[in-house]
Amino acid sequence: MSNYVESFGQLWGPLLVLGQIALFTLVLLLSIAFLLLLDRKVWAGVMMRKGPNVVGPFGLLQSFADFGKFLIKEIVIPAGANKTVFIMAPILTCTLAFASWAAIPVAPGTTSGTSWVISNLNVGILYLFAISSLGVYGIIMGGWASNSKYPFLGALRSAAQMVSYEVSIGFVIVTVILLVGSMNLTDIVNNQDGGFWNWHAFSFQNFPLIIVMFPMFVIFFISALAETNRPPFDLPEAESELVAGYQVEYGSTPYLLFMLGEYLNIVLMCAMMTILFLGGWHGPIPLGEDFVRDHPFLNAFAGLFWFMFKILFFFFLFAMVKAIVPRYRYDQLMRLGWKVFLPTSLVAVLIVAGYVAYMGVQS
Amino acid sequence: MAVYAFYLIALVVLVSALSVIMARNPVHSVLWLILAFFSSAGLLVLIGAEFLAMLLVVVYVGAVAVLFLFVVMMLDVDFVELKQGTLRYWPFAVLVGVIFAAEIVLATVFGTTTNASTFDASPGAATNTEAIGQVMYTQYLLLFQMAGIILLVAMIGAIVLTLRHRPETKRQNIAKQTSRRRSDAFELKDPTPGQGI
Repeated sequence: MSNYVESFGQLWGPLLVLGQIALFTLVLLLSIAFLLLLDRKVWAGVMMRKGPNVVGPFGLLQSFADFGKFLIKEIVIPAGANKTVFIMAPILTCTLAFASWAAIPVAPGTTSGTSWVISNLNVGILYLFAISSLGVYGIIMGGWASNSKYPFLGALRSAAQMVSYEVSIGFVIVTVILLVGSMNLTDIVNNQDGGFWNWHAFSFQNFPLIIVMFPMFVIFFISALAETNRPPFDLPEAESELVAGYQVEYGSTPYLLFMLGEYLNIVLMCAMMTILFLGGWHGPIPLGEDFVRDHPFLNAFAGLFWFMFKILFFFFLFAMVKAIVPRYRYDQLMRLGWKVFLPTSLVAVLIVAGYVAYMGVQS
Repeated sequence: MAVYAFYLIALVVLVSALSVIMARNPVHSVLWLILAFFSSAGLLVLIGAEFLAMLLVVVYVGAVAVLFLFVVMMLDVDFVELKQGTLRYWPFAVLVGVIFAAEIVLATVFGTTTNASTFDASPGAATNTEAIGQVMYTQYLLLFQMAGIILLVAMIGAIVLTLRHRPETKRQNIAKQTSRRRSDAFELKDPTPGQGI
């Protein structure tokens, strides 16, 4: 009997991780369904339309209807396509988008210094950066394997765009790492404890740095738009020039996977901005934190609420940008990435590094 | 447990590395190469060198291999024609292979190899990142900076070689474009019938 218990104890670790992964996947998929609806509703609201309102109350079930439609449609593979790569591209996009969520801490743990996260990596932020830099392969492979002109042009545009904006994203991340002194995402969040004035976007405790960190926050937001191919930087799928870019030949489930991956990446970028700049799970005013600190579970759920609220806030910003800002021209996009953001973020890294070296960080 | 993971990942590395040279389609070769890089990063994670693993993915998979893929996709090379003469080079290939194998065997036989159980991925520091940083920015600072300057010179050289000043191309002046106002571009006319503007 005790043997069974022992072997169960050994199994407990892997089983727990599997359970966490299943929970994360389920919650993410459900959230994406409603976030997609939110996206369309916000867009419709700006244009003074009603948006989807037929399926379910207020159109709440629209995404599920779309999901069913995509699943039961026939998968069409073009005759000249490279079949394996063609099918692999959307799967890769979707898998990578899910994989990056393994390192995202969503709520404070029951003991200090821990958090609700599948894998608390020491190089968490680097892991996110690495996985998001792989995202470009799904698009290039899809565009190339379609063996048609618009997808290929879209893929080339997208690859150049994502590689360009990754550079400035990297430098912005470096400024945050310098402030925290750690690449662990949980440490980064805990460094912003105690009120919104301590968040990295404002960083009042290192006062003069707000002049640097707030622009870095804005640069990260704009680069995130470009990195996820969202308007105004949606040139890879600019419908007036390229029909739908790399997605032209895709329909049915492969298209669904592409779209799912794209939206997961958008939410991931929102989560990264929350963690790096807006204090992660910490509320804006530390009112009542003493009370919940004695009740670890209450603390965790309060943290989860703030984390999700901030992600929702950023997603709303993404949707508003899509509705308001007209699309960039390609040379403007490249100019912004290489001639504006790259030098600015490089100078910011120098300033923050100098500040940390000569003034010391107050956290 | 880690041993099984090692064998699994090592197998993937070997198979994908073989497929790089066996694949007929050059784009497939590059895709296999990417898989090989990625699995090697997995091996680095297994020995506890997570910082190196992430750098391998960011630099090689995220940047270098993208450029490979770019070039291979854009090139219109007739690979059947290119492969016709390759059989002539096999003695040279065998020679290179034998030298490589001999070096590896010599290194493992005479080298002071550390046992896997006593291997320390981050000697003298809390994390892998700190260990690398301490060595790179204190002990080997000069070499590190020199490598950086060599790369900078190479980059400037490449730009100088490819930069062409073509006076006939129309350049975009962003400041001029954004400072353009409605009054610069529009003029309202009220033409009378039969007269035109």
